[in-house]
Amino acid sequence: MSNALFQYTLRLADDLLILNHRLSEWCGHGPILEEDIALTNRALDHLGEARNLFTYAGQVEGKNRSEDDLAYLRMERQFTNVKLMEQPNGDYAHTMARSFLFDAYHLPLMQALTKSTDAQLAAIAGKSVKEATYHLRASSEWMIRFGDGTEKSHQRAQAALDNLWTFTGELFENDPVLEEMTKAGIAPDMAAVKAAWSKTVDEVLAEATLKRPADGFMATGGRKGLHSEHMGFILAEMQHVTRAYPGAEW
Amino acid sequence: MTDVKNLEEIFQSKIDAEQKIEPKDWMPDAYRKNLVRQISQHAHSEVVGMLPEGNWITRAPSLRRKAILLAKVQDEAGHGLYLYSAVETMGTSREQTIDDLLSGKAKYSSIFNYPTLTWADIGAIGWLVDGAAIMNQVMLCRTSYGPYARAMVRICKEESFHQRQGYEIMAVLAKGTPEQKEMAQDALNRWWWPSLMMFGPTDANSPHSAQSMKWKIKRQSNDELRQTFIDRTVQQAEVIGLSIPDPDLKWNEETKHYDWGTIDWTEFNNVVAGNGPCNKERLAARNKAHAEGAWVREAAVAYAAKKAKRKAA
Repeated sequence: MSNALFQYTLRLADDLLILNHRLSEWCGHGPILEEDIALTNRALDHLGEARNLFTYAGQVEGKNRSEDDLAYLRMERQFTNVKLMEQPNGDYAHTMARSFLFDAYHLPLMQALTKSTDAQLAAIAGKSVKEATYHLRASSEWMIRFGDGTEKSHQRAQAALDNLWTFTGELFENDPVLEEMTKAGIAPDMAAVKAAWSKTVDEVLAEATLKRPADGFMATGGRKGLHSEHMGFILAEMQHVTRAYPGAEW
Repeated sequence: MTDVKNLEEIFQSKIDAEQKIEPKDWMPDAYRKNLVRQISQHAHSEVVGMLPEGNWITRAPSLRRKAILLAKVQDEAGHGLYLYSAVETMGTSREQTIDDLLSGKAKYSSIFNYPTLTWADIGAIGWLVDGAAIMNQVMLCRTSYGPYARAMVRICKEESFHQRQGYEIMAVLAKGTPEQKEMAQDALNRWWWPSLMMFGPTDANSPHSAQSMKWKIKRQSNDELRQTFIDRTVQQAEVIGLSIPDPDLKWNEETKHYDWGTIDWTEFNNVVAGNGPCNKERLAARNKAHAEGAWVREAAVAYAAKKAKRKAA
């Protein structure tokens, strides 16, 4: 049980940390100052939530691993984020579409997790709901602006969705860890989360005059630590200072 | 002629009486021009300043440091926004102001043309660069132009946080492993002199200073501010066991200030002229972000127009 809870908490944290990394790459390079600020806010919110989850995962594991140990001292095969999070930023439509597909999942997940039988996860989720609501509103608005903006922005948004769609299946994948967590009432019913996600996606894309891509082949592997080639570079960049000075305090 | 002379007298008497000049008040053209130049340079410095620090966000060595750095760079973007708005109150649009940066016509603080080579540079920038900026900015909270002074009050609060955060990074490194301490000392060595240059030319070589002082845009001279910064920072360095890279640095019991060496003005002039280590990269990065963001801004405008039209229909 505690191992499954550790694994489950860690995946929630890994998703947020890796998305935070990608969003952090935008800082100082946004399309307009207001968006630079908004994206950084988003990155900060994800990081804050990830930190709470890592700290809790460390406690559950009981091996004295800190948030930094978990973020900086694991290798690619030990990270269990979905591949959607590690996808490169691409253009702004690609970045926003990636966040939109995540936000539409993250909000109902956090809402449901507030009722988790695990008090700590429920508390972390309670804190996240407000932020996640704002994230989804902001990314939905951009999808609509892009889809119903100019021809160029419409094309870019559609291309981003088409490219990223294959990574959405993983968000709802079932496996023994999730099964055990669901049975214990710690993780919510993912079918309900998926239904909420699907409804949001349909509504927003309809208003954006964008086409929902067909469910074709769905990428998999992230939850087992089987990532894309991008992952090694993300970790190399993120971890190199920390690893170069073992045991140092910062 | 008499009218303008009267207006100028009224204007100067307001300033002498410590009243703020507001956007709709009459002001001499030269005052407006001077402030547009100064505030826009300041705004550009905030925005370009995001680049050297942003360079380390994805490599910050702990999650806590990463969060602090993200928030800090975000603050700088916010400062840029307030200041571009302050320029707009003087009748120059944000687009025009930004175009002047992108074309290389407008200047920004030369300090941001130096590279951030190690994590300790993030500490040194917060401690020294923000520390030097605060000296100027505290003075600017009382500057004669109302919108600028009010923007500075908000900015100063955040900058003093940044300065403390930077100093804390340096303090932790200085009492860390020998390698960390060396990293901190190296960063101090590289950022010290450029930080002193941030106060601008010496008073003797600062032609606009007298007029700016009379208009109370500035209230202390470059050399006065620089000396205050040195006096404060030397002590801070001593506390954490780092040494200031200036062999001539010595406490002067008579003046109650530190005596110190000479700034390499050739280097300063070179960097201002565009030949610093990162001038080209900084401008290229701003131009790239602006160009690649064009279709995003266009889409937002096009959608807003469509929405307004639908609402009217």
